[in-house]
Amino acid sequence: MSTRLIGERVKRREDRRLLTGTAQFIDDIHLPNMAHAAVLRSPHAKARILRIDASKALALPGVLAVLTHEDLGAANDPMPLLNQDRGFIYPRTHRAFAPGQVRFVGEAVALVVAESRYRAEDALELIEVDYAPSQAAVDVMAAAKSGAPLVHDDTDSNIACRTTNGRGDVDAAFAKADIVIREELRPERGAAQPMETRGCVAQYDTSSDSLMVWDTTQAPVSARGLIAAKLGMPEANVTVIAPDVGGGFGVKIMLLYPEELLIPFAARRLKRPVKWIEDRREHFLGSNHERLMVHKVELAARKDGTLLGLKDVFYYDSGAYCPYGPINAECAQGILPGPYKIPAIHTEYIAVYTNTPIVSPYRGAGMPHGNFVMETVMNRLAERLGLDPVELRRRNLVTPADCPYDGGTVFQYGSRLIHRDCDYPALLAKLLAAIDYDGFRQAQPGWRAKGLHKGIGIGCYVEGTGIPPYEGMEVRVEPTGFVTVTTGYPSQGQGHQTTLIQVVAETLGVEPEMVNVQAGRTDRFAWGVGTFASRAAVVGCTAALKATRRVRQRALDLAADHLEAAASDLDIVRGRVELKGVPEIGVSLGELAALANPIITLEPGVEPGLRAIDYHRPEGATFSSGMHGLIVEVDIETGMVKIERYVVVHDCGVMINPLIVEGQILGAIAQGLGGTFYEKLVFDEAGQLLTTTFMDYLIPTAMEIPHIEIHHLDRPSSLNPLGVKGVGEGGVMPVAPAFAAAIEDALRLYDARINAFPFGPPDILAMIEGRAR
Amino acid sequence: MNDERRTIRVTINGQVFERAVAPNLLLSDFIRHEAELTGTHVGCEHGVCGACTILYESQPARSCLMLAVQADGARLETIESLAKGDALHPLQTAFWEKHGLQCGYCTPGILMTMKAFLAETPNPSEAEIRVALSGNLCRCTGYQQIVEAVRHAAALLSAARVAP
Ligand code: FES
Ligand code: FES
Repeated sequence: MSTRLIGERVKRREDRRLLTGTAQFIDDIHLPNMAHAAVLRSPHAKARILRIDASKALALPGVLAVLTHEDLGAANDPMPLLNQDRGFIYPRTHRAFAPGQVRFVGEAVALVVAESRYRAEDALELIEVDYAPSQAAVDVMAAAKSGAPLVHDDTDSNIACRTTNGRGDVDAAFAKADIVIREELRPERGAAQPMETRGCVAQYDTSSDSLMVWDTTQAPVSARGLIAAKLGMPEANVTVIAPDVGGGFGVKIMLLYPEELLIPFAARRLKRPVKWIEDRREHFLGSNHERLMVHKVELAARKDGTLLGLKDVFYYDSGAYCPYGPINAECAQGILPGPYKIPAIHTEYIAVYTNTPIVSPYRGAGMPHGNFVMETVMNRLAERLGLDPVELRRRNLVTPADCPYDGGTVFQYGSRLIHRDCDYPALLAKLLAAIDYDGFRQAQPGWRAKGLHKGIGIGCYVEGTGIPPYEGMEVRVEPTGFVTVTTGYPSQGQGHQTTLIQVVAETLGVEPEMVNVQAGRTDRFAWGVGTFASRAAVVGCTAALKATRRVRQRALDLAADHLEAAASDLDIVRGRVELKGVPEIGVSLGELAALANPIITLEPGVEPGLRAIDYHRPEGATFSSGMHGLIVEVDIETGMVKIERYVVVHDCGVMINPLIVEGQILGAIAQGLGGTFYEKLVFDEAGQLLTTTFMDYLIPTAMEIPHIEIHHLDRPSSLNPLGVKGVGEGGVMPVAPAFAAAIEDALRLYDARINAFPFGPPDILAMIEGRAR
Repeated sequence: MNDERRTIRVTINGQVFERAVAPNLLLSDFIRHEAELTGTHVGCEHGVCGACTILYESQPARSCLMLAVQADGARLETIESLAKGDALHPLQTAFWEKHGLQCGYCTPGILMTMKAFLAETPNPSEAEIRVALSGNLCRCTGYQQIVEAVRHAAALLSAARVAP
């Protein structure tokens, strides 16, 4: 029997280098003769560029080049549209440099390359650009109106895309409803803000006409393809390496950010290595944003709380371009029904161009927005019916007996929201017991009588995870006995090396120390897509399992020949194939690897080596689920919210490594909490971003995050052989609605209504005072 | 934009670095790019995130808020000084065991901050740990496993002190 590793709290392989300061992040890469780049960015949200004069900058000693769109030629053609949406009216994607016209503050206009970063920044100030500014469209709702200033002059309106989805007869459902809840809900704009900003280093080798590109990307394979295509080079001559990356959360995939093209372009042109490291202010301006939507939602129900129909028409701020398609809107509606049975559903999303930075997925990719909408209208319905919010949920949850149950929406890649391998009533029961919901409700009137404003809120979610396309994996046993695992998708802190080692070592029957993982380098493995959408465990680890099983079978077959035994009588134990019950008879995997590559005597038609490559392409999404419950006390003098309890119950299927799973949940909740209370990107009317430092855009510290209790309910997925469901993003989803519910519950006497987030003490005070007036 | 240079001597982790530097060179850049000790990270260069925290004469300091020339003659410690050869410092061991890091970008700054903190507060409460951590931003972990790691490190350190 092999050592059990899947499901164990294995310490991470990646940590030693991170703990000792020997990891290699992008800015740690130093190459001989390296030059440094800085980007000139538009100071206007909308302007025509009349003239760019770089002569003074070029005259500065130490300045090597100033590139503008004219230098790029065809490389400056528009970037690809990553997701077609059938509702597109005006798909518009960005270019490396905006030619002739800028559309948001921060859009790249020119690139300086100099002997040092300090000198490159000095030179930026010497580039003269004449702009003819015009009125910008900044607020999403204003931009959606006809007659609004146009973001793209070749369009008739700023509506980029309008898409409807649904099932059932919604009008009939609303006609027979006893009660209809209507709300307008607004999750505000935020951003991922990983602690490491983006960066790129490129090195060109003249003799082989090849490029090495180190890039803080979540998708090196796709980045390589695009860089090669844009530069007119064979893909084989371009290598993209994602080094250690200091957090991604979605913002580090765009395909391509301008700099991911400009730096390789500059390195090739100058025949020198070039480095560009984004500073924090640039990250606020030049990297993608997330979250702003305005939902007009209606929920129809019977008197007993049975849900009949849901309509949600919502506006999605796409920013100045829409290279991702309105993916966040698609995901928001895809998980909108959550764990509830709703017979008739109509959704419509309207993606709107504004003169603001591009919007693309940040952890959850629209799902937290959708969850805020559904959970908030559920709470309003409970209140109107005089039902406890828990009871209303109980009456509408999909149960195991209903499964598989079609939730009525379609998530990414055409994946219908099919509930299966889940037990929402059990999740709810576990949550209520853990937080002592009934005890709280019994005590609450007493607290109210004493003037204590305590409230309890729950949030229930279903998270779309593990989406297509595919990932691939090579598993190779070396004659040294080491097992090398290579794949295309990189890690930004999720511990993929460790989970892959767990899967491969247990499945093959080797000690984990013998397994090495190489990921995120296209010179090692260049198939697959990237790290996003809680898919690494589902797609990547399944590919690893399949490849490892094939290697195992090949090892058993080879050993059967070698030992003259039946393969079924053999087992692999600690890297050695042994005759069951007679462990002295055996052969090591290293020896078998050598036998599998007999050089001279290799039979025709036989592939050399003890190795296999396999791929996993899921049919559609897997779905994870969970429920959060929390207790707050609101100080009605200050509006401050004290968090007394925070309990999570979740179901991500089989956990490969509970330590890592819990880390994902805790980190996601902290990001959700930031979005709930603190994080908001604010623009002025001219489209200037006013929040460009961590002093204005507040990321929670250890003081703001409460202790969080996690309970697991792991129902294995039947969609993949590991039984995993994915866990990266779900923790974010119910944070804002659960807090909103708890605060509304605490302030029931004041009729508090939270319809947007973030909400801070001033908003809470305003609700209290509004009622007092 | 002048090319003036000043020669400074800075002791980092016991080693003396003597370099001619521009007067506007940040100390964080000096440590990372002149001394080539890239374990110290830069997250904001505004003095907010704490990623660049080092020990300056044994006290935590943000190296992005100082100029290299200000550190002339000073004695600094960075993350690279924590382990002795292959032997990890108890803080490193504790962070490893408790999963106190994910991407690891904030980790060097947090470890250096905690080294000074535990030297002054050998037996901290959870609340004290959270206050001590509040100058260091981490976007990955949600801090809970960091708090557990610091508590565990305190236990490891006091066990090491009691041991003969
Ligand atoms: S880099 Fe120094 S505090 Fe952020
Ligand atoms: S571990 Fe990634 S920022 Fe802290």
